[in-house]
Amino acid sequence: MADFETPVLQKYPVIPSITIDAMKDSAPFVAKPEHQDPLGFPGELVDDWKDRAIEKMGELLGKYRSFQVYLDSCVKCGACTDKCHYFLGTTDPKNMPVARQDLLRSVYRRYFTFAGKYFPKLVGARDLTKEVLDEWYSYFHQCSQCRRCSVYCPYGIDTAEISMAAREILDSVGVGQKYCNEIIAKVHKVGNNLGLPEPALKDTLEGLEEDIEDDTGVKVRLPLDEKGADILLITPSADFFAEPHIDGLIGYAKVFHEAGVSWTLSSYASEAANFGMFIGSYENMQKVAMRIREAALDLGVKRIVHGECGHAWRVAYSFWNTLAGPFDFLDPNYPVPQHICEFTYDLIQKNKLRFDKSQNDHRVVTFHDSCNVARATRMGDKPGGQFEIPRAIIKTVCNNYVDMDPDTIKEGTYCCGGGGGLLTDDLMEIRVKGAMPRMQALNEVVEEHGVTNMAAICAICKSQFTKVLPYYKMGMDMIVSVHQLVSDALILTGQEVDDDEADEDAA
Amino acid sequence: MSALSVSYVILFYAAIGILVVGLGSRILRYVKTPAPLKIPTMPAPVTKSGVVMRLGREVVFFESLFKSNKWTWIFGWLFHVSLLLAFFRHLRYVIGPDNILGMLIGLEIVQSFGKYASYTMVIGLLGLLGRRLFVERVRYISSPSDYLMLLLLLSIAATGMLMTFVSHIDIMQLRDFAVGLFILQPANVPDSPLILIHLALVALLMIIFPVSKLLHAPGVFFSPTRNQVDNAREQRHIADWAVPLDETRGNK
Ligand code: SF4
Ligand code: SF4
Repeated sequence: MADFETPVLQKYPVIPSITIDAMKDSAPFVAKPEHQDPLGFPGELVDDWKDRAIEKMGELLGKYRSFQVYLDSCVKCGACTDKCHYFLGTTDPKNMPVARQDLLRSVYRRYFTFAGKYFPKLVGARDLTKEVLDEWYSYFHQCSQCRRCSVYCPYGIDTAEISMAAREILDSVGVGQKYCNEIIAKVHKVGNNLGLPEPALKDTLEGLEEDIEDDTGVKVRLPLDEKGADILLITPSADFFAEPHIDGLIGYAKVFHEAGVSWTLSSYASEAANFGMFIGSYENMQKVAMRIREAALDLGVKRIVHGECGHAWRVAYSFWNTLAGPFDFLDPNYPVPQHICEFTYDLIQKNKLRFDKSQNDHRVVTFHDSCNVARATRMGDKPGGQFEIPRAIIKTVCNNYVDMDPDTIKEGTYCCGGGGGLLTDDLMEIRVKGAMPRMQALNEVVEEHGVTNMAAICAICKSQFTKVLPYYKMGMDMIVSVHQLVSDALILTGQEVDDDEADEDAA
Repeated sequence: MSALSVSYVILFYAAIGILVVGLGSRILRYVKTPAPLKIPTMPAPVTKSGVVMRLGREVVFFESLFKSNKWTWIFGWLFHVSLLLAFFRHLRYVIGPDNILGMLIGLEIVQSFGKYASYTMVIGLLGLLGRRLFVERVRYISSPSDYLMLLLLLSIAATGMLMTFVSHIDIMQLRDFAVGLFILQPANVPDSPLILIHLALVALLMIIFPVSKLLHAPGVFFSPTRNQVDNAREQRHIADWAVPLDETRGNK
């Protein structure tokens, strides 16, 4: 299938022994000047890159407390060394979170600390050389910024913060990652990651309306740019074309339809994803987020609901208010933004939706907590709502549900392997290997409980699993959207159903 | 005063100065550097008091480390608790028995806990050293300074134990020396080699504190993933440096 070996799934999780330099050749395509320019970065490696990189590091040390404190505080206890899916899948020691941080910390020490300036050997400090820069480029693109390591570190050291800073330094000297930067440029220009213009979007949505009507006999709308609608839906653009994402989008539309609310998509802000976070660029992240504020104002909506996407939900939940708020022009009775799962869960609580659970009886479902949803956001009022609400929804619409190994879900969930800007074909090896711990846990419930489907609420997870499941001899269609399960069980008002099958009890 | 005592007095004033100024300026830097975005590791507390509890559990029980690795947790926790107990025992060198605090410290229970804590301290340190030497992953991430730090702490503990259990020193003279430092009336240092080594190593520890990984002690309180309240949807959170960006933002 490819020029690397897919890891063999073990019966139980094992901590591998290390293989030095196993992944040293993994690096994504470098951005060309035309990808760098629109983001405000130099087109190629600048001549005085070394000075500028050190200067940028100094700047970030003064701007981000996380960066400063985390570079100082690590005691090399090793507690995080077996927590990264990329280490477990590749056995390359530089994929151990602390070792990944050390790639940068060693340079920090050399230029910014007393010990590193005068006793570099003693504290593992080193000069910034071209080799070091290349190593950064390689290994900071083997981190999906999933934050699993930060859960287990006694000081909460979050390698994602270090990765973001490293990528920002790299960008500032002209070494960007093509995949992320090309996409961000498209959002700045067109409004979504795919560069999908308004007519194409309109076509797609009309097509979907027809499909739903063919399927159910009910006319369910997917409105675009409708001024005065109550709700603006912001969702990842993958929802418009990719499988199984699109079935999730149909699910949202049906839920909105049943809720009887007016809603709309925006062609100006047709993207929830915000790759500005992956490259650690506050400015780019803010610019992307501002499109949503602008669209909400233009359309005169009262609420913003957010579709199924992990890192995008992080940006929306944790950063929107800061970057693009305040949202005081929206209805204060609803959280801004509100996750589609919160929206659906709310309706379920109020008994406003009718389901025929048996429609999902051919499935045994498990749930993959997406890393950013699990460890960087919340749903509902209580901490942990991000775990309970999606599960409650699934259990409402499916009769057969099992969880995977407790060490691999909720706050300890393993990344799908494709997050953080790694969802590109030029990084296939790290993606496949990084998926190993999740595949292992999934395989376990497949064998023990006959699980047929894994549901997720993240566009990246869905695309990544579709691609990597076959490497592990599992079907690519095992991965489903949570709102696809909702969609399959939801009984639309006026929909022709076989009465015996219908489960009138909404709960 | 002997030349030796003079050098020890100078050494200790220098060590205290470096510790206070070094650590103070580091902490000041942490205070002044903003955390421009909300990044608590979720699930996180939604109230300030919840955060205080979270940090409390982290500092007292090493909660995250407990979740992470039971061996590192047991050795690390053992060491730190023992250090605290030993610290209490040492307070008798600066606080006389004629006040309530002094009486508490003088209690048999405090003194013997402090005494036997030296054993658990050494067990903890040896355990950590063992992991560093024998667990491949931990060995990979260790620098010379990481081993030296453990050896330094072990030497401090060993010399302390020798004085407690084998070759006693003149406690009154030691107290005079310690109190003398505080009241700015330097006195002679006891001239037993053990105490001289012990004191020199402690001074060394104080000196390297602000320039080493011992910064984890203040660091844990300033870690945004641990000390932030989960309230991003309710409250804006703008760093000073982001204000100009906020004022000029927008694509239209
Ligand atoms: S953030 Fe995730 S991918 Fe990055 S080092 Fe930590 S565990 Fe690994
Ligand atoms: S768990 Fe934290 S302190 Fe320990 S080695 Fe990893 S990053 Fe460093």
